[in-house]
Amino acid sequence: MNLEALAYELRRDTVDLIRAGKAGHIGGDMSVMDILVELYFRQMNISPENMDSPDRDLFVLSKGHSVEAYYSVLAKKGFFSKEQLHKEFSKYGSKFIGHPNNKLPGIEMNSGSLGHGLPVCVGMAKAGKMDGRDYRVYTVMGDGELAEGSVWEGAMAASHYKLDNLCAVVDRNRLQISGGTEEVMAHDDLHERFRSFGWNVIDVADGNDIDQLHAAFEEAKTVKGRPTVLIANTVKGKGSPVMENKVNWHHKVPSDEEYTQICIDLARADVDEEVHA
Amino acid sequence: MAKTANKQMICEVLMEAAKTDKSIVALCSDSRGSGSFTPFAETYPEQFVETGIAEQNLVSIAAGLAKCGKKAYAVSPACFLSTRSYEQCKIDAAYSNTNVKLIGISGGVSYGALGMSHHSAQDIAAMSAIPNMRVYIPSDHLQTRELTKALLQDEKPAYIRVGRNAVDPVYEEGNVPFEMDKATFVKRGEDAAIIACGEMVGPAKAAAELLEKEGIRATVLDMYCVKPLDESAVVEAATHAKAVVTVEEHAPFGGLGSMVAQVVGRECPKKVLTMSLPDTPVVTGTSQEVFDTYGLNAGGIAAKVKEALK
Repeated sequence: MNLEALAYELRRDTVDLIRAGKAGHIGGDMSVMDILVELYFRQMNISPENMDSPDRDLFVLSKGHSVEAYYSVLAKKGFFSKEQLHKEFSKYGSKFIGHPNNKLPGIEMNSGSLGHGLPVCVGMAKAGKMDGRDYRVYTVMGDGELAEGSVWEGAMAASHYKLDNLCAVVDRNRLQISGGTEEVMAHDDLHERFRSFGWNVIDVADGNDIDQLHAAFEEAKTVKGRPTVLIANTVKGKGSPVMENKVNWHHKVPSDEEYTQICIDLARADVDEEVHA
Repeated sequence: MAKTANKQMICEVLMEAAKTDKSIVALCSDSRGSGSFTPFAETYPEQFVETGIAEQNLVSIAAGLAKCGKKAYAVSPACFLSTRSYEQCKIDAAYSNTNVKLIGISGGVSYGALGMSHHSAQDIAAMSAIPNMRVYIPSDHLQTRELTKALLQDEKPAYIRVGRNAVDPVYEEGNVPFEMDKATFVKRGEDAAIIACGEMVGPAKAAAELLEKEGIRATVLDMYCVKPLDESAVVEAATHAKAVVTVEEHAPFGGLGSMVAQVVGRECPKKVLTMSLPDTPVVTGTSQEVFDTYGLNAGGIAAKVKEALK
């Protein structure tokens, strides 16, 4: 499977979903897509068939507002139909709400309030160690989310318990709703912060590059005795200049004109990726 | 009869169950000593998780463990568990529907002399307001034993508040009436109904005995299941009484009194007087000194019943 092409296909699905639901955190959806595609289509042992298995890998989308990208990935993975998703997303009484909902198949935990995913994953990874199971636990956080103190409580415990079966990813797109992350609440040097908490840190220079993400996740599996965090340097709104690195696209529904241009850009970016591949 | 603290009884029941049930996990936030969980930690170190002084982490980690099949018991002082980690209780335990039992130790004014930072006078209101969160406040160690056994049988989140000190038993060994989510009628009388929970059940029973000497017959209802409130028991008690008095170790709003008044007002309207801690930082002292200050003792409750019957 060509995962680069899949990521662009799912970006198009996500934009359509946001248009259908008339709501969505589109910028972060675009930046996180390659991470989700690599996890769901190459890294993790998760499928609709094995969700009851105690040996399945576990995932929590800590930056729950990127749910449109997540739903699109889960639909492609076969947890529910794309048609149902696009019909019901953000509608009255729907289970397809604006943050992950574990009443839907494929979703382990509810999220939405930031700073919860990592500590919950610490518990999941600890359970794996207690039971001698080989599953791995993954969570994706936003960079703005790292201002939540609970993230660092989780980071502290993960290294204390030596959870090498836990891999966190920071979707480092450098924008949050009020502006640049470094202006709102500075995080650099993020790598050093995680290292000081006892973590193995892998910098993914281009966090929208599937091959780089793949190499980083594979490296993380080889690290023993401590958890790993991938600092994935991504582009918010990745795939179209209409959205890229623009703070006002944190939460936005494209107009007809913008939608047309975004579709052209996403198709072109897809072709560019294939040429480069 | 030897007195046993309710928190100690929870530990004893879990230790007995943990002999054969390896899915039981106890978590403490540097609170194993104050929670009487040191024996559990020493006997079952592989089933014990220490999170350090980090109550938010305590609850989230418990939820993650529970998601992977563990019966997670998060043991921490009620004052911190119900406020510092309130959002984790809401999202990771209740909303995600994980099998996390939140054990709020030294609840109410157990740490009476330590000041408002260590009092939990808001936990009934706070926890009850969360959908899918149950709230239990057992009265004595015998009821605590039955409640803890019952909670081992379900997979839903719950908040259990217990006090720090051992209290005089309300029930007798061998005669502990208990049905899950059904309040216990400690006494039955037709003049007034006293509805209490936790450490206030003992004084309520003593108050009824004082009143009996004056010819006033009072029902005493042990509402250990604050949520889901046993509404049918409230209606039964209130219907056969001229007035209702509620007693709780809690702020005056959003607790047992508020809930009982809602039911009585809707189903069988009559006078309801509520006894509680005041809406101010409470006086500091031993918990008994605090109770005595606000009339939360046998004499104070009896006086309030007579006031209600005027």
